[in-house]
Amino acid sequence: MIAEAGLAALWFAGALAALQLVMAAIGIARDRDDVAAAVRPVAIVQGLLALLAMALLIELFLGSDMSVKLVVENSHSAKPWLYKFAGAWGNHEGSMLLWVTILGLAGGAVAIFERSLPERTLTATLGAQATIALGFYAFLLFSSNPFARLNPAAADGLGLNPLLQDPGLAFHPPTLYTGYVGLSVAFSFAVGALVTRDVGPAFAKAMRPWVLIAWIFLTLGITAGSYWAYYELGWGGWWFWDPVENASLMPWLAATALLHSVTVLATRDGLRAWTIMLAVVAFSMSMIGTFLVRSGILTSVHAFAVDPERGAFILALLAIYIGGALALFAARIGTVRAGTTFDPVSREGGLVANNLLLSVILGVVLIGTLYPIVAASFDVQLSVGPPFFNKAAGPIALLLVAVMAVGPLLRWRRDDAKAVLGRVMLPIGATLVAAIALLFVWPGVLPWAGLSLAAGLAVASVAPLWKRNLKRTPLFTYGMVIAHLGIAVSLAGMASDSAFTQETLVAVRTGEPARVGPYTVTLDGISPVIGENWSALEARLTATRGSSERILRPQLRFFANPPTSTNESAILTVLDGQLYTVLGQPDGQGRWQLRLWWKPFVTLIWFGGVLIALGGMLSLLGRVRRERRTAMRTQWA
Amino acid sequence: MKAKHQRLTLALLALGAVVVAGLLALSALKDQAAFFYAPSDVRRDGLPLGRAVRLGGMVEGGSVKRAADGITVHFVVTDGQATTPVVFAGIVPDLFREKSGVVAEGQFQPNGSFVASNLLAKHDEKYMPPEMAGKMHETKTLEPDAKP
Repeated sequence: MIAEAGLAALWFAGALAALQLVMAAIGIARDRDDVAAAVRPVAIVQGLLALLAMALLIELFLGSDMSVKLVVENSHSAKPWLYKFAGAWGNHEGSMLLWVTILGLAGGAVAIFERSLPERTLTATLGAQATIALGFYAFLLFSSNPFARLNPAAADGLGLNPLLQDPGLAFHPPTLYTGYVGLSVAFSFAVGALVTRDVGPAFAKAMRPWVLIAWIFLTLGITAGSYWAYYELGWGGWWFWDPVENASLMPWLAATALLHSVTVLATRDGLRAWTIMLAVVAFSMSMIGTFLVRSGILTSVHAFAVDPERGAFILALLAIYIGGALALFAARIGTVRAGTTFDPVSREGGLVANNLLLSVILGVVLIGTLYPIVAASFDVQLSVGPPFFNKAAGPIALLLVAVMAVGPLLRWRRDDAKAVLGRVMLPIGATLVAAIALLFVWPGVLPWAGLSLAAGLAVASVAPLWKRNLKRTPLFTYGMVIAHLGIAVSLAGMASDSAFTQETLVAVRTGEPARVGPYTVTLDGISPVIGENWSALEARLTATRGSSERILRPQLRFFANPPTSTNESAILTVLDGQLYTVLGQPDGQGRWQLRLWWKPFVTLIWFGGVLIALGGMLSLLGRVRRERRTAMRTQWA
Repeated sequence: MKAKHQRLTLALLALGAVVVAGLLALSALKDQAAFFYAPSDVRRDGLPLGRAVRLGGMVEGGSVKRAADGITVHFVVTDGQATTPVVFAGIVPDLFREKSGVVAEGQFQPNGSFVASNLLAKHDEKYMPPEMAGKMHETKTLEPDAKP
């Protein structure tokens, strides 16, 4: 019954999405305020129904209902509770349902909380959101039904890919999706504003919190995914330029650009057309990412099934939504009058540079990601990996960091180049000092530039607080400071990891020491361990550094359902970096392979990521507070 | 500057940025994209020296040999028509075994052997590299027993 109820909830939600679209269209085209007024409640109920369907799917996984095809194919009754729960979205259908649920909830949230947008634009926005939802409900119901039954029922399931059996599965996908799909709100806002021709500072101020929320979640999701891949895969890397990773990076790049251009629109009424364009592009990147990951043209842990029909379906949705939004943009943008002008040397100028550079990086990543697919259709098989992305995107990213250091020190509208030079002296000094100091340990060109610029950016990012009354400085200024500082911290971690990582690969007997970085690692012994649904060979390693002695226990883990083994790394985190250990195979003569890394300051990468998200949160809080205060003031006046 | 002019300038700048991105990407792709080879491709087209490529095929039965250091592995990749000897130092992936599919990342040596810096095997029993699936269809003589 649960499966049927879930399917029914999905159908109802789809029908409500259709209703929502029709009512919004009537409300706007016929100027019927009474019809338009009902769009909000419909959007809320639609979101709740999608949530109900998701909850029912989770219930099926928790109860190990082996008469449901999806549960049989992706779960097992002996799986720990957490992975039954999170396993609900550890497969194609379930993850698409999560996608649609978040889409519906995002629309519902707009319907509940958005009060500053003119009612007509809001109706159009919710209509656009319903249009997107309708397509993806159709996708779920017609080609990816998560509630399909299996007759006769199976005795037990096939199990979940062991690489996914990690607490990360409970956190990473929902967080990433909230960001990823949350960008649909920006897309719908843009479409709504184009429909009602209402693009201005008020619109930008209304859109900004929604973009911020999506961006915060996207940042956290990417950071979490990166750390998960880092410790789970046992390869010692934290970013592989895998197409699936790029699929999450591209919306982030676009959303970051949008976040900055929407500020120009809100504060200075500039960059109108560009901001609308970016809002369309950002969610388009989310959809392209969904297509890449869910169509089965890529092979990775994320691509669960290969089915050409599904790929064609998503591709068609992509064409309709992106093409439709761009056509609307082309038709309407002429009627949106240009905003106010500004000097090239100004805060706006800096933000334009930020946007251009982010767009170039986005373009490079997009081309690099799609190239193998295009080549494959010409029967050429190739892969594009880290060498390409590092070479093509790395230098531009560093240029962006330089712009990021200067930008916040510029005044709005017009600034004096000489005065600016005076303000950036200190950051430039910091960069030069770091650059010269690093010459003595030469880490390679990119890491050298990265570390030097990170030093400069760290100084520059706190400079806006210089000589200010810290108590009276608005919260969103702190947000910017912390987010930019986060970039500097993260960049320092990346550069340090790529420059100073030391790796040792050895086969050792018990008691035989191996050296890596400042550590001496000794294999004390190997013993078997039993987990809830796995067994493992566990190495006991003693890592000594000076007088400190720590124990690490990397494992070689064997899963029965499905029959797979994984290398569970053991990581020792200390203030100045991480010792990363992986246990390999025995060589048959009493020796065991050990792969050891010493990674100085690698943790800064994710710490920086969290700081960036924290900056976003402060900014969000500051903006919402100020809007509320302004609203109260106008109410009283 | 008039608003209209500034908008035009910005639009041109944006266009320029897109063009720059395209040119940059394409020029970097020229020497950074890793092409995929099967052993018989190499026999037919010659050795792609001096660049990172991927070599794919089946690990030949009985060909896996571990060197005395306990780290280096020698094996032979075959696609049913030709073979390439591969050397790899490191921890082989969980599902690396004889008569099973593998994709090796690395460089060909002038003597025709392949030095791998990384090995990709199946993630789980459902996984097969898409390039492999394609290659396996081409060489019908070989039974892809990696498939479940």
